[in-house]
Amino acid sequence: MTRKIIFNLIQVLVVMVFAPLASGLLARLKEMVQSKRGPSIFQPYRDLWKLFHKDEIISEDSSWIFRFTPYIVFVTPVFVTLLIPVLTNYPLFFAFMGDMIAGGFVLALGGFFATLAAIDTANPYGPVGASRTRMVGFLAEPVFMIVFFTVSFVAGSTIPYIVQEKWVSPLSNFFLPSHVLLVLAFLMLILAEGGRIPVDNPAGHFELAMIDESKSLEYSGRGFALMKWGGYMKMFVLMCIFLNVLVTPWGMASGQTVGAVLLAIPYLLFKIFCFLLVLVVIESSFSKLRLFRISEFLGAAFITSVAAMIAQVFLT
Amino acid sequence: MSDTTNQLLSNLNALVTGLFLLTAFGIVAMRQARGCLNLFIVQSLLLAASAALLGLRYQSVDLYGVALVNVISKPVVVPWLLRRTSPAEIYTRREVDQALNIPTALLIALALAILAYFLGLPLLKAVAPEFRGPNVPIGIAGLLLGAFTLTVRREAIPLLIGLLAMENGAFLCGIAVSRNLPLLIELAIATDGLIIVFIMGVLTRTVQKQIGTTAVGELAALKEAPVRSAQREETK
Repeated sequence: MTRKIIFNLIQVLVVMVFAPLASGLLARLKEMVQSKRGPSIFQPYRDLWKLFHKDEIISEDSSWIFRFTPYIVFVTPVFVTLLIPVLTNYPLFFAFMGDMIAGGFVLALGGFFATLAAIDTANPYGPVGASRTRMVGFLAEPVFMIVFFTVSFVAGSTIPYIVQEKWVSPLSNFFLPSHVLLVLAFLMLILAEGGRIPVDNPAGHFELAMIDESKSLEYSGRGFALMKWGGYMKMFVLMCIFLNVLVTPWGMASGQTVGAVLLAIPYLLFKIFCFLLVLVVIESSFSKLRLFRISEFLGAAFITSVAAMIAQVFLT
Repeated sequence: MSDTTNQLLSNLNALVTGLFLLTAFGIVAMRQARGCLNLFIVQSLLLAASAALLGLRYQSVDLYGVALVNVISKPVVVPWLLRRTSPAEIYTRREVDQALNIPTALLIALALAILAYFLGLPLLKAVAPEFRGPNVPIGIAGLLLGAFTLTVRREAIPLLIGLLAMENGAFLCGIAVSRNLPLLIELAIATDGLIIVFIMGVLTRTVQKQIGTTAVGELAALKEAPVRSAQREETK
């Protein structure tokens, strides 16, 4: 019992510590593809360190929401980490507190507060980005729902620990059409939710074209550090759900010892590294979509997820 | 063959048919004529893969033949014929217009795919249990989606591809329903398809020469106006 709580905390620590690394690695890999030198992969840590030691400026006209939001944005991915398999393939202490749908809603809560905070200071660019994020968000919502429904339809549960078992026992289940199509749909969702390239350009610094970035334009110092760190963790958590629950449910600790759990960390990092390579290929071979084409991109994701469900119905 | 291999082959076949359904949706929604053609090539390869997997599963040489004919005729000969006959301008243009906007078209396509399930159910009941599988309903869905492409597209080449996609759907259904489809029929249909492609390509080129566009969807007004006046005169 105490051991399971400790493992849960180790998971949270892993997510907190390695999330900036994943982001730095992704940026570095992208620059390598573009024949640039680029900053070191540890740059996000340095940024966070610097920001935590800077003064924070908060507009007089902003309300409590603006001050409160960085903490929510930081805490929600941590909370989701308690629910999902990051290192172990058996459920931990908090695992039955919520399923994948609950995790999705908790993540959406952070996004909701970030949107409110962007409007709060009445900076002209904040609301533009906020409304665009909402547009992407509500178009992504039906896809999320269908993905979860299909998962529960196939696996009979939405608890991620039970779902990951289903895809590999027996191994031929891995090739079920519903599984492969779900993976495709979820990949598109990660691109949309993480503000990656076909939907948003994370490296862009032009305020009028921003979608995700503009929400934290008004933050400085510690608030900005928390927003950034929260953003890194959200991406990391999404990748963990994608890899550990849907794509590669292998290489996680099945033993109850601390050593086995610690040994799962390098496996996880390796999987994330491979996924980052895929992301780099996607990001370097597509261009950003025009704003009103985003609905078509997410429409394609929706069709893919519904095709997953239809294919499953057709099989039975 | 052992049970696990059979299970694996069935699941792989199901996966191929699932991807087939996805390409059928793609053909409805794809903006570029070029992308449409590429999707059709992928769809034909998936059809061939499904035939090969079923052939492996049921040890049927005829299905291997079907796969082979598909690999040669559709992904290779059809694009080649189209390139030779139809005007090159279609491939360079980035966007072709549609009668409906893309999200609406996709939603209707989804409804059609669900309808295909109910159309497939009685058919599935009629065949022996070992022939049941995802091929029949997804084949019918491919047929319906191809027909739907024919109604929403307004450009000659995507229209032709919709027609060929219908044929692909019918075949995906057919290879599951009868294991020993005579190779002669498959050959005949493949030749027939190629001739359709040839005729349509030449027709498109003529249309483009006459009126300077291949957006055949806009030709309706040109054609109907004199007919209407003739009718009016009759009613008078």
